[in-house]
Order: sequence, then structure tokens, then C-alpha cells
Amino acid sequence: MKVIIRKLIEQHGRLPVAIATLSDDQDLYATGLTSFAAVQLMLGLEEAFDVEFPERMLNRKSFASIDAIASCIAEIAPQKAVA
Amino acid sequence: MTRNSPLLERAVDACAVAAKFCDDVDRQSRFPTESMQALKDARLMGVMIPRELGGESASLRDIADLCAQLGQNCASTAMVYAMHQIKVSSVVSHGADHAWHRAFMACIASQQLLLGSSTTEGGGIGGDLGNSICAVERDGDEFTLRKDATVISYATQCDAILVTARRAPDAPGSDQVMATVLKGQYTLEKTAEWDTLGMRGTCSEGFILDARAPVDQIMPLPFAEIAARSMLATAHLLWGALWYGIAANAVSRAQAYIRADARKKPGQVPIGAVRVAEASNMLQLMRSSLNAGMERFEKAQLANDDLNSMSFAIDMCNLKIGTSRLLTDIVNQSMMVCGINGYKNGGPYSLGRHMRDAMSAPLMINNDRIFGNTSNMLLVHRLDQRLAG
Repeated sequence: MKVIIRKLIEQHGRLPVAIATLSDDQDLYATGLTSFAAVQLMLGLEEAFDVEFPERMLNRKSFASIDAIASCIAEIAPQKAVA
Repeated sequence: MTRNSPLLERAVDACAVAAKFCDDVDRQSRFPTESMQALKDARLMGVMIPRELGGESASLRDIADLCAQLGQNCASTAMVYAMHQIKVSSVVSHGADHAWHRAFMACIASQQLLLGSSTTEGGGIGGDLGNSICAVERDGDEFTLRKDATVISYATQCDAILVTARRAPDAPGSDQVMATVLKGQYTLEKTAEWDTLGMRGTCSEGFILDARAPVDQIMPLPFAEIAARSMLATAHLLWGALWYGIAANAVSRAQAYIRADARKKPGQVPIGAVRVAEASNMLQLMRSSLNAGMERFEKAQLANDDLNSMSFAIDMCNLKIGTSRLLTDIVNQSMMVCGINGYKNGGPYSLGRHMRDAMSAPLMINNDRIFGNTSNMLLVHRLDQRLAG
């Protein structure tokens, strides 16, 4: 799953650094993720994993790192988390 | 007769001083020295600071009340006071566990300091608060900072400026911190005048700000968190409160005009009477949404997740857009009621200053920019369909 997440961050995150240099727990906002790009990333994740993020996950914390995103997806779509 | 809160009672003198000098402040585009001194004399600068640090632990609601009251008398004074309190709220909200900021809070309360703000920047950043070009450069225990600040309100009158900048020279534009620099720790080289339609007393001139200060004065929390948790909400609530003050005063002038007209012509309803009714309807909407917004903020403060949520951000953005639009509509209506007497400067029904001050509201963080942000969030956020919420 994290491979897909990384690919989506690369596509939508508009980060000034190469995705390969990021660790799973690194703060994406500190790396340059803007609130606009965060929404684009959310849309990409919803499309790729065929999920809808519930309201309680629509906050900064849920998308603050690759780990945080993975745990959100694992929570709402456990069957896809193993993909 | 409803009684004023004790804080409002203390502001009565400052409001009278603000009313007395508002036309001169507006005409000369000068800082409202007299009314700001009156607010200091009434010890109203540090009231939001916790009691144990010499303040009075006043709530944001108390401050909003003061802003609304000041807004009825001099919008520039009210805006300077609101901007100061927005900065104070950030220090209070995020500085409680930080030694330097605790000492700073005690100073604000004991010396009645006035805080300024530098977020806007040149080089294409403009009013995009979430981005900086300038960066904090650490040099041992100190940092330096040079900012092309296209707008700093009352920069030469304030005692400290809270500046946003990138965390380090190699940090991306959105990785920002907020640092406090005290008078004496910075120089200001003026780059732009402030000769505007309204809000002329805020003296929001442009400067190159050059600062050197101890690293302790950098807030520990990232600026994005400060903005989400305290700054944006308090800004929209306090601006909205003072805009309500401008609107309320415009409606009261229109109402006084109609009443005088009705007395002269018994048995007839004056032409503009229905517009006063319409203006009072909009004023009520403004008041209700501000009170609801305040409640929303108080609820969100109980849970950090809520403060950082999209639903809260959208609520606050909509509050700003709604109140600023209502303000300009209300002043327009009031002007139609008062006619030539509203259009002429200097009389009891004059509304030119109200109108010019009101025009700033949709532009201070441009409503179109805010709509852009909310429209982006609405791509994923689903609106709450319930009435009670």
C-alpha cells in the first residue's frame, strides 16, 4: 500500500524534494505539502483505493505522513491495506 | 436596560475618545494615538493574558464585544485593537508552556504593550499567509531575519512584531515559524505609503524589516498549526465583530435619519423606512452568525482535532465571507436611506467613512482567495446537513 501512497504523493503532493528521500514517518507539511496539494492527494487516494474519507479524518493530522495516511486507509478499507 | 459587562464599562472612555478623533484620524491617515492611549489607560491591552501572568483571563467573546463597541466609534481604532488581540491570542494559546513567551505575556499585561504583525510579503507571496520567502537564519543562540514586508500595520507605533518566516534557509515555503521581535531588535526601512480609501488610521505601510533576536523568541509550534488553531479563527471572529460595530452604527444613523423625517411629516411613512427594516434584518443575520461562530470556536477549542478539521476551517471562512458581504450591503442600504445627508461628510447622518472602511472587509484576505480555498476543501469535505450541528 505504501508504494501506491508514495506514487500518489509524487503525483499530487507537489513536493520540492524527491519522494524516495522521504521516510514513512516524515512530516509531509514540513516537507512542503500545501493545503491545496493535500486535498488533491486526498482525491487521488480516494480514487486509487476506492474509499471516501469520513469527516473525522479530514484534518491535518490524517495526512501528515505516509504512516498516517496508511493507517487511515487501513482503518476504512482493511482489505485494501494488504494490497 | 441591559447592563454592559465590566470590560465594556471600562471601554466607555476609550470609545468616546475614538469617536471624538475618528474624523481627524481618517482625514490625516494617522495612527489613532488618543484612543489607543485611552485603551492603555483603561488597562485593556493585556486582558486576555492569564491571571497568573498579570492579565485578566478575558475570553475572546469579551474581546469581540470590545471590538464591536470600538467599531461603532472608530473603525481604525477597532482594527488596530483587533489585530493586537489576534496576536495576543496566539501567544496565549501557544506560549503557555514556553518560558520566554510566559515572560513576554507578563510584559504585555504590565506594560500594556501593543503587538503588531508581519505576515504579508513581497516577491509574489502577497497575502498568502501560508507561504514565506524570507527565512530565519540561526546564528548560535540568536537568529536573523530580513523580510520584504509589503504591509505591516502600525509598525512604527507598536512595541513588538510577530513575524512569519521559513523555519530555515533550506526549508520549503510552507514550513513556517512565527517569531516575536521586540522594539530595539529590529529596524524598519519604509518602502510603501498607506494612502487608502478606508481604514486609514491603521497605517499599514510597507517596510523592509531587519531583525536579530534570541532563538527563544521563535514559537515552538509550526506556524501552520498556529494559524489553524488560533490565528485564522480569532482574526475572522474579531474582524467580524468590529465590522458588526461599523454596520450597527450605520444602521443607527439611518434609523435616526428616518425618525427625524417621520417627525417632520406626521401620518406618512418616510421613503427609506423599509430599507431601515431590511438593514436591521441583515444586521441581525450578522450578529447571529458571529455569535454562532464564537460558539463554534469555543466548541472546537475543546478538541485539537476539531480545530484542525476542514469543517471548522470552512465554517470560519464562511463566517468571514458572510460578515464582510453583509457589512458592505448594510452600509449601502443605510446610505440609500440617508441620501445626500449620508453622502456628505461631517454631519450626524454622514456615512462616507463607514462605506470606505467597510470596503476593506472583502479585501482583507480577499474573499475570492477564501472562496478558492473553501472550494478546494469542498472537493472532499461533505457539509453537515443537520440543523442543530
